[in-house]
Amino acid sequence: MTLDDLVSALATAFENHTPLRIRGAGSKDFYGGMLAGEVLDVAGYRGIVAYEPTELYVTAKCGTPLAEIEAVLAEKGQMLAFEPPHFSGASVGSAGASVGSAGASVVFAGATVGGCVAAGLAGPRRQQAGSVRDFVLGIKLVDGTGQVLDFGGQVMKNVAGYDVSRLLAGSLGTLGVLAEVTLKVLPKPMAERTLVFEMTEVEAIAQLNRWGGQPLPISASFWHDGQLWLRLSGARAAVEAASRKLGGNAAVNPEKHWISVREQTHPAFAGQTLWRLALPSNAPPPGLDGLRAIEWGGGQRWYAGESGEIREAVRGAAARAGGHAVLYRAPESLRCLEGAFAPLSPALLALHRRIKKSFDPKGILNPGRLYAEF
Amino acid sequence: MPTAEFSSQTSFQTHRQTLAARLQLILPAHCLLVDDEDLRPYECDGLTAYRELPLAVCLPENEGQVIDVLRTCHQLGVPVVARGAGTGLSGGAMPHAQGVVLSLARFNRILQVDREARLAVVQPGVRNLAVSEAAAPFGLYYAPDPSSQIACTLGGNVAENSGGVHCLKYGLTVHNVLRVRVVSIEGEIFEIGSAAPDAPGYDLLALLIGSEGMLGVVTEVTVKLVPKPELAQVVMASFDDVGKAGDAVAAIVAAGIIPAGLEMMDKPATAAVEPYVKAGYDLDAAAILLCESDGTPEEVAEEIFRMTEVLTAAGASNIRVSQSEAERLRFWAGRKAAFPAIGRITPDYYCMDGTIPRKRLAEMLAAIGDMEKKYRLRCANVFHAGDGNLHPLIMYDTAKPGEWARAEAFGAEILELSVALGGSITGEHGVGIEKINQMCVQYKTPELAAFRRIKAAFDENGLLNPGKAVPSLHRCAEYGRMHVHHGETKFPELERF
Repeated sequence: MTLDDLVSALATAFENHTPLRIRGAGSKDFYGGMLAGEVLDVAGYRGIVAYEPTELYVTAKCGTPLAEIEAVLAEKGQMLAFEPPHFSGASVGSAGASVGSAGASVVFAGATVGGCVAAGLAGPRRQQAGSVRDFVLGIKLVDGTGQVLDFGGQVMKNVAGYDVSRLLAGSLGTLGVLAEVTLKVLPKPMAERTLVFEMTEVEAIAQLNRWGGQPLPISASFWHDGQLWLRLSGARAAVEAASRKLGGNAAVNPEKHWISVREQTHPAFAGQTLWRLALPSNAPPPGLDGLRAIEWGGGQRWYAGESGEIREAVRGAAARAGGHAVLYRAPESLRCLEGAFAPLSPALLALHRRIKKSFDPKGILNPGRLYAEF
Repeated sequence: MPTAEFSSQTSFQTHRQTLAARLQLILPAHCLLVDDEDLRPYECDGLTAYRELPLAVCLPENEGQVIDVLRTCHQLGVPVVARGAGTGLSGGAMPHAQGVVLSLARFNRILQVDREARLAVVQPGVRNLAVSEAAAPFGLYYAPDPSSQIACTLGGNVAENSGGVHCLKYGLTVHNVLRVRVVSIEGEIFEIGSAAPDAPGYDLLALLIGSEGMLGVVTEVTVKLVPKPELAQVVMASFDDVGKAGDAVAAIVAAGIIPAGLEMMDKPATAAVEPYVKAGYDLDAAAILLCESDGTPEEVAEEIFRMTEVLTAAGASNIRVSQSEAERLRFWAGRKAAFPAIGRITPDYYCMDGTIPRKRLAEMLAAIGDMEKKYRLRCANVFHAGDGNLHPLIMYDTAKPGEWARAEAFGAEILELSVALGGSITGEHGVGIEKINQMCVQYKTPELAAFRRIKAAFDENGLLNPGKAVPSLHRCAEYGRMHVHHGETKFPELERF
């Protein structure tokens, strides 16, 4: 597959007003609004275009599997620091539970870098390193008219023009096909250690925020069912000093644990319906049932939402706590009724529509994937 | 570009008396300046070569007044240029001759410092350093530290996506701002971002940060505070060749080290700084590197050891590690005083801001050496080496006929070479009015058209900071015609005017 193929696919769709559903590996088909449109499979546009370890960037075509990129980075001791999920296992949600529309029996090919940036989902290390958009340096976009646009570049600092490449992170393909992305990469930490503590939800929130205010090399946190897992990453001496200071018990098999959190194969994420709440890290428990896990130092919290009560209460509770709720994974019956993302104010929605229109004037790209309105 | 040319290209019909009368209705007398002598201090920002008097300066004291000013200007079709401390170096806050300057200087309150959540809510006129000072009692600070941090404001930092000497490790403004409250040109309020890790919808925060006052006016900013490292130490390494120093930077990164700061100064820069600051720089070196480690004492000891090893292997002729906080600050004082130090040895200087891939550094410095001969002007180089951001300081004298024009052409050539080497025309100072022509070099017509559509999505009539940051296609056609390379124009697809 070539860039010209992408361009002509989009130009044709533009010409014919054909709604398109852009798809890489399909590992996140469960995420966002209902899927609509003719599938535009971009998995074939793949390969690493450039990797410069000392310049700290990698450029790859959108269909390149994350696993391939990470393997190449690992040879030079580097990583994608936002630790994105690959969702490549058959057992998402684990325990054999059927998950969303995908179903436990489907084996995914593993997330692609284009889908990773389009969805903007980061993993456990987001707490320390930052989000997907924080690592986006440049994007080659094919917009809704079939035009190729180059935003950003390969250097760390670039403030010429509006920062469109970061705007595209998390835009769920509604503004164009992210044909090529350039990401900042970082060295892997010299040392890592995981500690486990017994504590309640309230204690964990308070403790994580106390630690957050201290210069400790905490790179990930995960609370579930009375246990707090804490990962330290950094210079060997710093990790040792911090673990002496913090106490707790050394975790057994920590690598496996953090992969299960990143991939959501940990039992905490099991179940048909999963809400993601993004909250100020120190927000007290928002008064909802069904808490499954706390991550990112308190900033990301997961709720199982089988009961109707939670559905009613969850958006309001998240907003009152100063954050927002995402219907992260749900059966189709619920996804038809409830948008994935918190509704926007009328003024913001109007602004979103104008931005959408400036890249996709006919509204053919992933319609309804972000909001039903566009 | 001459100011007159700028004004003629972004022409508005403003009736001065009507504007003043309308503004008097919504602002108390002490919040409105209309007399030329009062307007004079606002005629330029840190880029003093470009000056223009606005028709009025508004100094609102609350958000309601900001809304009223914007609504009024929107109704009358009058351009609005928002302004913080006016320390910007690209003319982003240069007034418009038919417009209003909206100064946020009186929005100078820190509204909240939340120790537990590690964030501060501030008004846009608060100085960058004041945020860190307010957070210091809690062991926290605001990471981006532009050299002008004692004066520059958070609102200006948001507009320019400002960096500083620590952004390789701690990021730019865009990585450290959580939320902004913005008033649109129509007077509508938008809350963008939140105290949570993210917000629903498009990442408008990323779009607004660095948008140079062209999309909205910020009235409140929530910033992330981070724990102050227990210890910081800096290694000063001398090199007898700038190329070796450049390679040493790559070697540090290749060794898996992300220094808290990694700066380079060439010989003309250290020679200017040393008599002024007495930082203890090695004046025999062709270039020096300042390489900082911060963190826990154990971490710093380990990292400084590794940095020293790498720098030695890279051919450093001399290495000194700061032995006290006072010595560390002295090493940095020289770097931070580089601009004023150059200002002492030349009547005027012109600071550039290109970024390049680190590995092209030696090439760039050699090219700058050649340009010094070509334009018959001297240039000192300071460099955020860790993130490839160059600040060549071109020395000239306005009083000597033709020198400013040569300095401008010198600067333009550096920027265009930055793009050719795979970099950008600006790493942290913004495009403003200064680099508007070079935008035509960095971006092609479709991207510039996309920028203009985004602008229109926020500000349909183009009233917010018109003529800055994003050039018109007409302007690029004109510039392309002036700069013909290898017999080809840069914009063959454009109609010529």
